[in-house]
Amino acid sequence: MGFLDYAPAPESTSILRLRPSYGLFIDGDFSDGSGAEFTTISPATEQPIARIASADAGDVDRAVAAARRAFDTTWSTMRGTDRGKYLFRIARLIQERARELAVAETFDNGKPIRESRDVDIPLVAAWFFYYAGWADKLDYAGLGAAPRPLGVAAQIIPWNFPLLMLAWKIAPALATGNTVVLKPAETTPLTALLFAEILQQADLPAGVVNIITGAGDTGAALVRHPDVDKIAFTGSTAVGREIAKAVAGRPTRVSLELGGKGANIVFDDAPLDEAVEGIVNGIFFNQGQVCCAGSRLLVQENIHEEVVARLKERLTTLRLGDPLDKNTDIGAINSAEQLARIRRLSDLGEAEGSERWTAPCEIPASGFWFAPTLFTGVTTSSTIARDEIFGPVLSVLTFRTPAEAIAKANNTPYGLSAGIWSDKGSKILAVADGLRAGVVWANTFNRFDPSSPFGGYKESGYGREGGRHGLTSYLQGGAI
Amino acid sequence: MTRLSIPKTYKLAIGGAFPRSESGRSYTVQSADGGFLANAAQASRKDARDAVVAARAAQPGWAAATAYNRGQVLYRIAELLDGRRAQFIEEIVATEGVSAADAAVQVDAATDTWIWYAGWADKFAQVVGAGNPVAGPYFNLSVPEPTGVVAAIAPQGVTGASLLGTVAVIAPAIVSGNTVVVIADETRPLSAISLAEVLATSDVPGGVVNVLTGLPAEIAPWLASHSDVNALDMAGAGALDWVNLEIAAAETLTRIVRPVPGIPEQSLERILSFIETKTVWHTKGLL
Repeated sequence: MGFLDYAPAPESTSILRLRPSYGLFIDGDFSDGSGAEFTTISPATEQPIARIASADAGDVDRAVAAARRAFDTTWSTMRGTDRGKYLFRIARLIQERARELAVAETFDNGKPIRESRDVDIPLVAAWFFYYAGWADKLDYAGLGAAPRPLGVAAQIIPWNFPLLMLAWKIAPALATGNTVVLKPAETTPLTALLFAEILQQADLPAGVVNIITGAGDTGAALVRHPDVDKIAFTGSTAVGREIAKAVAGRPTRVSLELGGKGANIVFDDAPLDEAVEGIVNGIFFNQGQVCCAGSRLLVQENIHEEVVARLKERLTTLRLGDPLDKNTDIGAINSAEQLARIRRLSDLGEAEGSERWTAPCEIPASGFWFAPTLFTGVTTSSTIARDEIFGPVLSVLTFRTPAEAIAKANNTPYGLSAGIWSDKGSKILAVADGLRAGVVWANTFNRFDPSSPFGGYKESGYGREGGRHGLTSYLQGGAI
Repeated sequence: MTRLSIPKTYKLAIGGAFPRSESGRSYTVQSADGGFLANAAQASRKDARDAVVAARAAQPGWAAATAYNRGQVLYRIAELLDGRRAQFIEEIVATEGVSAADAAVQVDAATDTWIWYAGWADKFAQVVGAGNPVAGPYFNLSVPEPTGVVAAIAPQGVTGASLLGTVAVIAPAIVSGNTVVVIADETRPLSAISLAEVLATSDVPGGVVNVLTGLPAEIAPWLASHSDVNALDMAGAGALDWVNLEIAAAETLTRIVRPVPGIPEQSLERILSFIETKTVWHTKGLL
């Protein structure tokens, strides 16, 4: 064994007690769906995990009706202190079952266990813990005394951080007294269904949270349902646009957390060792399947060659393979469809004249994989500098002055995230001021916290999640 | 012998200048009793686009002004508006057909609206910003920033609103550093153009407020679908096909504010309708 070789250290799936099939979680219990059942698979092996019910329009009706009933009869009239206690219970149950949830997440999503265990699931618990404390303090949310909830919230979440996105949506909704119908992504329903079991353990009143599984049709029926008061969506800009059109003229409140093409700006006075780690974390965390990924690297021209050389050296040491292995850095791409998109856009990058470099690593025989890839010689007009790839593909561009860096960073219809690397504080603050992005990380990247508002400018959506800001988007009189 | 009066030519206000419509069109503005008052410029699609270009060009500079400075600029507008009180009363009496006393109430309310928003310039960021206690060694700050270019439709045909309604949509947008393209009250546009003259002689940089007169039903769709417009205030769009304006705006995820009856109330919420929250993280070193 060379010094970079490790013996396999897989996390066991024996901690999971999965059922062969899962129904829809409506009104406190699982029931059959009326749509065509589908199978969720492990993207690392393509092996089936469980059969999943699919909700049709009638099931959506049932779920919304259950949420409405729970809103009217239980949840909106309950004391904030008691709502908070339920959320604290949920937070604790998540902590108790953290390892099981991490394994399930990695199993269903393909992300490395190191990430689901150390990032996703701890943040899930933190999110519930944070918003639990708000439930009886809404008078201090900045909207006057006793702000009212909106009613029934329809929440649609993506497959990249399945349980974390669930927490971002459900925790603030419940803290503020709303009830929920949540639809997890078609390819990653597993942890949401385990979460439904946690709600049963927490003895949450029936109908307060309903979880319905299915594909795009289910989501479309949910956002078009006339008895929904709030829509919270995280996903692609294309779908976000359709949702914004669908709610035009309706009283429904909407928050959208959409795509991004984040710029990670590295100045020549940056601490380069840390910057290289940050660049890698920025685009290869979760295989780059992150809306706020630093997918455009803007390097000051005079250090371009050094940074690229260091990056290639670092990427060569990343371990791609079994996501359940504790030593794995790069897991599986979530689906065949997503893999095809990454391949298509990467091929386009090459066809348009950018120079492609792929980290040398062995690709497993089955499953969906894409080796860490880096493009140099990318121009601002290149497709790979404009379109969100949502994969482990980094486009490298150069700049000479801070003004040019800002102009290039802002040269996108998106505006979700950006990174700045420099040891000069005044430069960082000035550049941060000029960036049109909702989250700016300076000398770090991809950090998240329940107290820290997150969300985009421009076509990356509207509304903020996290912190007091995230709370107000579920209250009457609040911002979007 | 009475002196022959000098009727004013009412034009558009774009980028600090007062051009006629590039289309060469004008339309008749009538007094409340149906008499002829003026020929106002009838803005075209190109005028609307020119106004967006002017607003975009002015936006970074206006946003970069200190909050203290923006507050003083807004206060200066109130000073100049108050100084031309008599002119506005006269125009409002002519267009709305209200008494001079009622017109005076409206002008004073408009002046006070500028003063109210002027005071917010250097305060709203403290009320809605945050220092976030994240679980890690990071400095983490959330601050509001202007969303960019705001297109607004002023209240239409509302008595008591020809000046006040226009101010009520402009002031909350520009106080945070946005720039504005506003469509004036179609039938009573004179006060809006005179207001633009006040702005031009105050310290508001050219292009920060652009005023279009004409038919909202014709101009609004071009602004709603314009991809360089960041927010659409439909305050006075209640009688228009505003659902389709909203659908057009959705194409580029333009922020929208729904129509309101009458005159929009002055509120912090209106300021916040045209801001984005930016959260900046920075590492803290270990000592």
